[in-house]
Amino acid sequence: MKTESLFLIGIGVFFAAIAAIYWFISYEDGGGMMLLGSCLLGFLPGFYYFYWHRRFHGHKYFYWGKLDRVAGDRPEDHPDATMEDGAGVINSFPGSSIWPFTLGMGAFLLVLSLVFGTWFLPLGVSLMLFALIGVTAESRRGGHV
Amino acid sequence: MTDVIDPPVIVAPGAPSVPVVHEHEEHHGPEEHGPSGILKWLTTTDHKIIGLSYMITSIVIFYLAGVMALLIRVQLATPASSFVSFQQYNELFTMHGSLMMYLFAGPFAFGGLANYIVPLQVGAPDMAFPRLNALSYWLYLGGSITMLLGFFVAGGAADFGWVAYAPLSSATSSPGAGADAWIMALALTGFSAIFTGVNLVATIFYLRAPGMTMWRMPIFTWNMLVTGILILIAFPVLTAALVMLFADRHFGTHIYTVVGCHTTAFAGHPSVPDPNACGSAVLWQNLFWFFGHPEVYILALPYFGIVTEILPVFSRKPVFGYKGMVFATMSIAALSTGVWAHHMFTTGVVLLPFFSLLSLLIAVPTGIKFFNWIGTMWRGQLRFTTPMLFCIGFLLGFLMGGVTGVMLAAPPIDFFTHTTYFVVAHFHQVLFATAVFAGFAGLYYWYPKMFGRMLRDNLGKWHFWIMFVGFWLCYMPQYILGLKGMPRRVAVYPSNLGWQMYNDLSTVGAFLIGISFAILLWNLWISWRRPVPAGNNPWDGHTLEWFTTSPPPHHNYTHLPPIRSERPTWDYNHPDALVISHGRQPGENGHSNGSSRNGHSNGSGRNGHGGAPGSPAGVGIPTGAAAEGEVAPT
Amino acid sequence: MFASVSAVDSPSGSSPTRRGTLGSGRATPRRASRRWVALGAVAAGLLLGGCQLPTFGAYKGVTTQGQDSFKLWQGFFITGAVVFAIVFFLIIWSVFRYRHKSDEIPKQTQYHTLFEIIYTVVPIITVLVMFVFIFVTENEVDALNAQSVTVNVTAFQWGWQFQYPGYDVRVLGVELQDPTMVIPAHETTKIVLRSADVVHGFYVPEFNFSRYALPGVTNQFDLSPVTTGTFRGQCTNLCGLYHSLMIFQVKVVTPSKFQAWIHQQQNAPNTSDSIAAAKRQIAQGNLK
Repeated sequence: MKTESLFLIGIGVFFAAIAAIYWFISYEDGGGMMLLGSCLLGFLPGFYYFYWHRRFHGHKYFYWGKLDRVAGDRPEDHPDATMEDGAGVINSFPGSSIWPFTLGMGAFLLVLSLVFGTWFLPLGVSLMLFALIGVTAESRRGGHV
Repeated sequence: MTDVIDPPVIVAPGAPSVPVVHEHEEHHGPEEHGPSGILKWLTTTDHKIIGLSYMITSIVIFYLAGVMALLIRVQLATPASSFVSFQQYNELFTMHGSLMMYLFAGPFAFGGLANYIVPLQVGAPDMAFPRLNALSYWLYLGGSITMLLGFFVAGGAADFGWVAYAPLSSATSSPGAGADAWIMALALTGFSAIFTGVNLVATIFYLRAPGMTMWRMPIFTWNMLVTGILILIAFPVLTAALVMLFADRHFGTHIYTVVGCHTTAFAGHPSVPDPNACGSAVLWQNLFWFFGHPEVYILALPYFGIVTEILPVFSRKPVFGYKGMVFATMSIAALSTGVWAHHMFTTGVVLLPFFSLLSLLIAVPTGIKFFNWIGTMWRGQLRFTTPMLFCIGFLLGFLMGGVTGVMLAAPPIDFFTHTTYFVVAHFHQVLFATAVFAGFAGLYYWYPKMFGRMLRDNLGKWHFWIMFVGFWLCYMPQYILGLKGMPRRVAVYPSNLGWQMYNDLSTVGAFLIGISFAILLWNLWISWRRPVPAGNNPWDGHTLEWFTTSPPPHHNYTHLPPIRSERPTWDYNHPDALVISHGRQPGENGHSNGSSRNGHSNGSGRNGHGGAPGSPAGVGIPTGAAAEGEVAPT
Repeated sequence: MFASVSAVDSPSGSSPTRRGTLGSGRATPRRASRRWVALGAVAAGLLLGGCQLPTFGAYKGVTTQGQDSFKLWQGFFITGAVVFAIVFFLIIWSVFRYRHKSDEIPKQTQYHTLFEIIYTVVPIITVLVMFVFIFVTENEVDALNAQSVTVNVTAFQWGWQFQYPGYDVRVLGVELQDPTMVIPAHETTKIVLRSADVVHGFYVPEFNFSRYALPGVTNQFDLSPVTTGTFRGQCTNLCGLYHSLMIFQVKVVTPSKFQAWIHQQQNAPNTSDSIAAAKRQIAQGNLK
């Protein structure tokens, strides 16, 4: 988690610097806002990962003391991990599902209604609602169609 | 695991508590109970099928856009041609650019290849959010159809260039429904790209195999991670800008329009002239290029990654300067978000030195990449298969495009080359080198993994050489045209300026490229009709995807080799040819059982040897419980 | 059908420039940059070794600003060519020298810290040196000096209007009529560039210069031609259907001929339309 968090925090730091330089030279609103947004895009997940990194290593929240480097690493962060270390459930993956297609086509019809006429609109919206209900029910059941 | 797991929980390959799937049983995975036929493609959440769908769609788009390019070149072959009308010409280059930029180059890389390859390269069973992944594809397909539908509406397709500068894209100047179709198509594909970006980042952060630390990820995966972040930075800006453009066109806002500003007319209240309601045309350019320049690197970085995968494999060396490569990728991506206004130097309202310096600085990490690529080939044993040739073509083409790019970073030079054919030649060379040379290098390279069959090498070489000649013949004359002052996006040009000869050369080059892509179709057809089996590891590959079968089974891996460096499959096949490097020796505790690996150390293991355990071509590798020993050494 | 004519027009007055909010890089007239100019000239002279170099395909520049850009182009072309040659040679060398010869696995080298530092530091230095030249040249090109003539250029779909505020002269032409902007040689003309509708580009290849005509923005720049002649100009930014036909001419004449032309124009009968009328004509298809 450490590399991931530093990677994202690095993005935040870079954009903070660039945004400051750009803003104080140009005072241009559009670019300044976008750079600030990009800075947050780095910091928000970056500190979230950092928080979990600290938690994994037995530290409560942001504790800046000495780290125990090995104990809390996930297997994928551990250079000497074997496949056994990763044993167990990785994730729950859904099987086949018709709902992404339904939702995608609903969105497609929705934008067609904005281009070609509103008579696509009820069709698109109902498909999207249908898909949202369907995908929620599917998730509750455990992933199968 | 011979029974269907319900709910389909994925268990780590090699987990001692779970028997691994044997080769003859692998069809009994969860997929068995899914639908088949066309319904299988509609309902799939498998990253491989979604990746293939992406690739097929984007290549179809690529051919369509290529035909449009040929029509444009026919029009320009003679000075005052009436092959197409002015209106049709404007539609053609707009749609050529839009299809290539938004619907081919990006989706082919981060929707197609990355979708297919990244989970394999990090040893994951699938993308992190499989249903979101499927939704991405369907949104992309819907967006593509929406954009192409523009050709069939009254007024024709969008005709304001792929950059859609306001106020030319306003309702006054481009009233047709084709423009709305263009906007909505990009909104859909924009969401699709954002979802894919989220998916890629989550997959890479959360689903790596044990031992696959961040600093052991293949460069392609690294580049896709950085691309994913760039997508998250850039695409929301585009979507927001498009929503505002749509509001300008239909809801009476004046965000980008300046002329004829009125307050919005509400029911019963007529609109009145109001200078404060005026927007800013430059705002569109700022927003668009804040998306647009990172977009250029969203299109380039995946292809850099492909080249960085292919060059080491065919040089039989590790990638030179792995960490430098990763930092170079990060620097390129970071700098690319601070250079958007170098597309706006001639507006006269941007901060020239800031954008000029940052643009120039991008040359540094790009140069590092170049030298690393050369260092990878240096003292190697280069095998010039088709993918390798395409990579060499990429290196040369991108070098030319990159050098002219540095020239364009100088505002005084940009002043007289901007929006001329000089810029056209520059960005076509850059994008053609990346998306086409490197992209199709990736296709030739990973096609055996995707379909378990080879593309013909001799046909591939014809494809390469004809395209290579066509590439230089098509774009080099355009530099000269630009310097002579031929603006881009003109349907006709004066006959007395000596421009015709260069345009004709360019047209010939374009048709050579067209011919070369006919050869690719023929190659695909032949490989489909008369397959040549590829085996699991036809290229003696380095990364994890070459460890599994071709095509990989559902959820990708039944076994994984120990991951002790960024090229686990190579370490597994060549235990005595590990990286000479500082720091940790990779694989130092990985190969305890030391079974014979069929003389890979003398390099004879080119075709299909050393693949996944249980594969037909795998040699001396036990299955079942014995294979546990492979992946879980004591 | 109406001809490309010129006429007396009541000038709306050259309103004070409204610059973009970003203008600090090039915003103000830079008389203070003389020192930089001199330094740049010396440095450029050293770089170019006497300026007896080929043009590398570009125009030499009719204006002093264009000539500055041209010198930068020469420098960049040479730098680019050297970089291209080095990298090209290295690629081709690797390709031919290290082609597959035996099945030996080559030495698995992955890092060489010294080389990596060298090819990081050297490009950074190169780029910074290039930036100094860019900075000097762009300030020269964008400098606004004391001008003798001002021309208000207005681009519209699809034509140009050149208005001489000091003289009450206006030239307007659309599409294929190629309106001509007359400016004096050996003097500095200030161009005040606006757009009446969409984004256009004012581009004169032989001046080595272009600038967008943006709606809502007034752009100003100087042209200081050093030779006489007629030069082709064209709109470079896509502006709709007849973008390809939005051509104009720039005629550089001696100052005395310029004055004569002005007098002739002032005495000519007023037959010109306004921009709005011209656009109405175009919309009605009266031009084809």
